[in-house]
Amino acid sequence: MINFLEYLIPGILVGGLYSLIAVGIVLIYKASGVFNFAQGELMMFGAFVVWFFADQIGLPIWISFLVAMGIAVLMGTVIERLTIRPLVGQPVLAIIMMTIGLSVFIKGFGLVALGTTWKGFPEVFPAAPLMLGDIVTSQQHVWSFAIAMLTLIAFYVFFQHTNTGLAMKALAEDHQLAQSTGINVNRSMRLIWILACLLATMGGFLLATLVGVSYTLGGMGMKAFPAVLFGGLESIPGAVIGGLVIGAVENVASGYLDVLVGGGLKEVAPYILLLLVLIFRPYGLFGLKRIERI
Amino acid sequence: MVDRPSGCYNVSYSQETAIVRTRLQWVILIAGLVFLFSVPLFASKTALNFLTFVGISVIAVHGLNILTGLCGQISLGHAAFVGVGAFTSAALTSKLGLSWWLTVPCAGLSASIVGLIFGLPALRLKGFYLAMSTLAAQFIIIWIMLHWVSMTGGPDGTVVERVTLGAFTFKSSQSMYLLVMGMAIIATFVAKNIARSQLGRAFIAVRDNDIAAEVMGINPAYYKLVAFSIASFFAGVAGAIFAPYAGAISYEHFGLMDSIWYLGMMIVGGMGSSTGVILGVAAIRGLEEMVMFMNPWIATTFPALQFKIAPSVPGIIQMLFGLVIVLFLVFEPRGLAHRWELIKASYRLWPLPY
Repeated sequence: MINFLEYLIPGILVGGLYSLIAVGIVLIYKASGVFNFAQGELMMFGAFVVWFFADQIGLPIWISFLVAMGIAVLMGTVIERLTIRPLVGQPVLAIIMMTIGLSVFIKGFGLVALGTTWKGFPEVFPAAPLMLGDIVTSQQHVWSFAIAMLTLIAFYVFFQHTNTGLAMKALAEDHQLAQSTGINVNRSMRLIWILACLLATMGGFLLATLVGVSYTLGGMGMKAFPAVLFGGLESIPGAVIGGLVIGAVENVASGYLDVLVGGGLKEVAPYILLLLVLIFRPYGLFGLKRIERI
Repeated sequence: MVDRPSGCYNVSYSQETAIVRTRLQWVILIAGLVFLFSVPLFASKTALNFLTFVGISVIAVHGLNILTGLCGQISLGHAAFVGVGAFTSAALTSKLGLSWWLTVPCAGLSASIVGLIFGLPALRLKGFYLAMSTLAAQFIIIWIMLHWVSMTGGPDGTVVERVTLGAFTFKSSQSMYLLVMGMAIIATFVAKNIARSQLGRAFIAVRDNDIAAEVMGINPAYYKLVAFSIASFFAGVAGAIFAPYAGAISYEHFGLMDSIWYLGMMIVGGMGSSTGVILGVAAIRGLEEMVMFMNPWIATTFPALQFKIAPSVPGIIQMLFGLVIVLFLVFEPRGLAHRWELIKASYRLWPLPY
């Protein structure tokens, strides 16, 4: 039992980071029907920016973080304006390919900027381990999880109780109808992408405190895709729960089954879960049952 | 109206559906084929290797074109299926001693079956769930390649023997080039004719509006399945020829980036068009070669970027590739094939503008 909790709890804590990325993807999907494949790479880019300002230029870590948030705002604006806006009206296939192309570009940039080695990240949270009863966890994990959860609660409140958030939900239903009620579609789309980039940067920063910075961080971000499908594509609480579940499943599965299959299960378990979700419940836990079977 | 040369009037159905319409086009086609097969006489070894690699990618991307270009389903796992074909062929030749020629259809079939396993959950759902499913397939298949050591050799991969035909072994660049070009031409022929056949029309109907297609009596789920199997078959065949070309294969050759490269080649060339596949593959592989060729120049011209250790060529290739995809999608979404059609049309209409 202790073993199980020892696998479960760090898994859930890291799952909080997956939730951050998953919510970013769900945000963009809700507003435009586009699945943003570049979200993982945006996370890597955010982590890189924080590392760059903290490590190379020498700013204090929290200032670097704020600068990175500013740059994330810029990134969101630029991406939306230059790459998504020209494709309005084209089939969703084209926009998804665009996000794939973006992800390749950002990953290439990461490879050029960071090289192939893992870069150390300045210590943000104390590294001493924390004892929950008999279980050892690290304070970094707990802090990251707490910050991720607070961010997500803030986003949820934003969507449910502010005018801008409600406008975005309207956008998700129908662009034309939303426009007819006076919502500025262009401005809302820009805001959505900015929010998604902010979430990605936050996720990247927190992940970097745990494992450092490398151009492969985007691959970790890709594990959030099963989280999105698990929770349902249109549901933010679903994405949060999906992220936690993916984190838990990958850690528990790799903890128990790695010895049987020779390792590496951590990378694959989320995708096996993805296939199971697709077979048994494609619209996820909280998604709307709008998937048509043909 | 401008899709055929002037003076071409169809008096029979076969004339209307012909790909090659005039005598001049036949001459160009035959001259082109002769030239293609005579390249080994004067080209260098690296050029031949490059062209061979282009040929192998052409076979794989033809499959992807049928799935994504004609049928509208994104597949992010195409490289994994190429890998399945490659490892199947390698295992059959090394463990069962089969001749390579027999393993080609087996590799295609095995890739098809694996593709079906991953495609079945998603093919009945509308939307991009197939993209997710093939993404999962990509990662899971790579993991299997890493861990099924008895079959695939694990992280070290397997060494593959050369192709033999009777007493002749295909081990020089020239012979591999001729073999691959032959296969690529057959693959192009098959792919183009699938697109023109009833099957191809059904795929296009499913892509354009699957509800209308179903109303017309085309079962979208069935045809998506068929498209996916055909695409995986092409991928398996490409893998089967890639294995002896590379000499040694491992999981690294078939990663997610390679799947995205195939998608990019298809976008650049033009989705849905067979000539687009050839143009796109040639363009992207050519771009890659060009960047690698310019590497020393890049290293000396950008020394001022001091916080980078050295400008990493794979990174620059990736950035350029991503940029090319983004630019093509914004400015030329129908790809190089469309541009080529426009050039042909303007030539036929000259000096009139339209």
